Amino acid sequence: MNALIFTAVFGIFLMISGLFIKNKQPVRILSIAGIIAAFILNIFDLQKFGTSATGLFNGMLSVTPFGLLFIEVVLGCVLVYFLLSGKDLANIGHYTGEYFALIFFILCGITLAATYGNMLMLFLSIEIMSIPQYILAGSDKHNLKSHEASLKYFLMGSFSTGFLLLGIALLYGATGTFDITAMNLAGGSIDTMALAGIILIAFALAFKVSAAPFHFWTPDVYDGAPTAVTSFISTIVKVGGFVAFIRLFHIAFGSPEINPHWELVLAIMTAATLVIGNITAVFQQSVKRMLAYSSISQAGFMLFAVIAMNMLSWQGILLYAAAYSLATIGCFAVLMKMKDYTYDGYNGLAQKQPLLALMNTIFLFSLVGIPATAGFLAKYFVLSAAVEKGGLLWLVILAVCCAAVSAFYYFRLIWAMYFKEGNCEVDEHAITPAFKGVLVLTALLVIVIGVWPDLVLMWIK
Amino acid sequence: MITTLLILVPLATGLVTFLLKGKTARSWALISAIVTLIISVGCTLTYQSNPASLTMDVPWIAQLGANIHLGLDGIASIMCLLTSISYVVTFLSCWKHTFKKEQQFYGLMLLMQAGLMGVFASFDALLFYAFWELVIIPAYFLCSIWGGKRRIEITFKFFVYTFFGSLLMLIGIMYLYFQTPGTHSFSWEAFKSLHLDSTQQSWLFWLFFIAFAIKMPVFPFHTWQPDTYETAPTPVTMILSAVMVKMGLFGVIRWILPVLPSGVAFWGHFVMILSVIGIVYASCIAIVQTDLKRLFAYSSIAHMGLMSAVVFSGTETGMQGVLIQMFNHGIIILGLWVVVEAIEQKLGTRDIRELGGLATKSPRLAIAFLLVCLGNIALPLTSGFVGEFMMFAGLLQYSVWMMAVAGLAIILVAIYILRMLQKVIFGSLNSLTEKIVDLRIYEWLALAVVVGLIFAVGIYPKPLLDILHHTTDSLLAMNLVP
Repeated sequence: MNALIFTAVFGIFLMISGLFIKNKQPVRILSIAGIIAAFILNIFDLQKFGTSATGLFNGMLSVTPFGLLFIEVVLGCVLVYFLLSGKDLANIGHYTGEYFALIFFILCGITLAATYGNMLMLFLSIEIMSIPQYILAGSDKHNLKSHEASLKYFLMGSFSTGFLLLGIALLYGATGTFDITAMNLAGGSIDTMALAGIILIAFALAFKVSAAPFHFWTPDVYDGAPTAVTSFISTIVKVGGFVAFIRLFHIAFGSPEINPHWELVLAIMTAATLVIGNITAVFQQSVKRMLAYSSISQAGFMLFAVIAMNMLSWQGILLYAAAYSLATIGCFAVLMKMKDYTYDGYNGLAQKQPLLALMNTIFLFSLVGIPATAGFLAKYFVLSAAVEKGGLLWLVILAVCCAAVSAFYYFRLIWAMYFKEGNCEVDEHAITPAFKGVLVLTALLVIVIGVWPDLVLMWIK
Repeated sequence: MITTLLILVPLATGLVTFLLKGKTARSWALISAIVTLIISVGCTLTYQSNPASLTMDVPWIAQLGANIHLGLDGIASIMCLLTSISYVVTFLSCWKHTFKKEQQFYGLMLLMQAGLMGVFASFDALLFYAFWELVIIPAYFLCSIWGGKRRIEITFKFFVYTFFGSLLMLIGIMYLYFQTPGTHSFSWEAFKSLHLDSTQQSWLFWLFFIAFAIKMPVFPFHTWQPDTYETAPTPVTMILSAVMVKMGLFGVIRWILPVLPSGVAFWGHFVMILSVIGIVYASCIAIVQTDLKRLFAYSSIAHMGLMSAVVFSGTETGMQGVLIQMFNHGIIILGLWVVVEAIEQKLGTRDIRELGGLATKSPRLAIAFLLVCLGNIALPLTSGFVGEFMMFAGLLQYSVWMMAVAGLAIILVAIYILRMLQKVIFGSLNSLTEKIVDLRIYEWLALAVVVGLIFAVGIYPKPLLDILHHTTDSLLAMNLVP
């Protein structure tokens, strides 16, 4: 478990380095080097554990090829994020080392979420992911909205953690074990206590991935937090929440006897998430807020992977994690270069910065799900997983209706960039050739995954 | 291998076009279109001698069993031929235009051509879907950047309509995919040999048909079309109406008739009624139009309605008629748009009320216009006649009543086209039309190709019918299986 240990230790190292390194630049470069190191270390793990599930630390962790590949995808996305938006993250305030350290702690939580084999570890992973987020959301200390975001997130988040704990306790009462494989909820009659536990855990996790009706914190937090932070917590942390979600529900609650008891609840949550996320996004005037609602609606699509429970949904969540994170990080990277965050602020960007506009368009296409971008195949995998499962066709049809609605708010940005006259203000100094280069590479990655998904999928059999 | 060139040549040249400047882009695009035309003529000839050599099948997404499976059968090779002819004619007719950001315009046009070719050549459902969507993206940008008034809203309506329809088709494709035996497959052959029960087929029919009906467009789904044709820049309208709307019919022929025969048996009659309503409805609206573009847009709905009605009739003559008419209608409507574009370029208006007496000042334009219009009315000796005659014969075999109602279109089309001709070409000159000059050489060339094809196919349609014969036979053989 190289990645787990490395991210934790490197996070501490970065925090201490803040005492000695006063400049922002070295810290940023150090962090990028750290991510690359974690990426490479994890490849060794992939080779070592690459065939079957292995229990570590007395079954506390259960390392699977899927989990490791997921970590690999997340680390890749974080690398892209650091390269594109690392400067903006470093410039939030004076404590650069700490921001990066917190991100490494979150990554540590995500690696746990991808490998836990025990409910205690699940709880720890969720908390390790959440607490640094509360701090990061409030990291812009001179902005009242940032404080509000942090406090709101913290209060709501701790509330949902309470749900999670209660759910775990009830399940323990019903089954007598914390181990997710040994729970054996299939056999015999199903306890009401166990069912209550499952539903409470579902609610808590739905909160973490901002699924309706537990999404109310999302727009305010994503809008209030510094944009560089929003870019991170709305993508990588969210898919980290999903990996915890999908693993728990497939491994512990996936047996055919128990599955029907929660399937409908999750299906209704999915439907609500899709409808609320998409419809509300249509009415937004600020692109940042639109992306917040868009992240809710994309979460709706990812929930399909949790419900469907088959091979396609594992592959789907991997692809979705990559496609959604890359595209959204790209959109945010462009957004951070704009002076005005409203739609009108993008007017005429195609004239002023043709490359930025084109790349942003590719990211938006991916979010809509146009073929030849990663977003299409990701949507294809999760939706077809649901079709394969059967009985969910109504939900799939609702989802494609919502996808058609989503075209409106994503394309509105394309209108502004390409079809409207205007004089948008961009931060010319920040658009360096290096930034453009990484942006182009990211967009290429989005297209390559869309045409050749084996790039991600060939590593799991 | 040669089939891939049909897609790769426009794709590669299209991408290069973005890097060129102004006039070079224009010539480059025309050369590319001519090269593609040569390749597709080559394909059509190869189809007659050695059809197997046109097929290509390599794995694409191993996990899903999706392949890059390209190939051409009779109808596909004819549609590719139509696409490449349309591009040459379109580029010729707008040769002297100066578009702003010309390289982008021609680049997007060529990318769209790659998508269109892909739609016609795909024998793998997922690949088909990908190309089907990729056609709309360049079209969306072309219409939104270079279109007329209210272009953004109208084009978006067009986009959302088609996008929504194709997403429904995607669900249909997923469902069929999971019904295929063994390791699932998207291939056309696997879909064809499914034989689902009729309940499944009857709802799957709609998932597919809504996508195709929006594209064609069939009566209640047609509202995007007149607006889009009107606002889109005319070269784009040419491609939309000559080729892109045929994608809908092509989809029915490729993916509905062979795959869902019971669905067709169950809903075919209902769709035919819708289409026939559409024919009469669109023809009536066409009579009162004053804008030339809108007039031809409604005329196109009427003609497409007839084709979509007959395609479900299941008669051999009718089916032959539809296939050949897909080609003929494409050519005829191209001719109409070339004339509209020429008139608008010279006089700055498309309003029938403001035009008149063009025959006196520009005889060549008037003659070409007249000939193309006769093709649109389907007068004997023109290609329109061959197709419509066969289609009506097929419809008559199916139902006398339907034939009687659809037959009204023959009269109505004559009414609106001849009235329009009378107004525009004949009559006296007015202060505006005095200034008109005759066709320029490139416009003349474009129209010569169109008129030549209209009469060539009208007088001797046998070569075309021979190519299409095999497609008809195999379709009817499929449909006879209960």
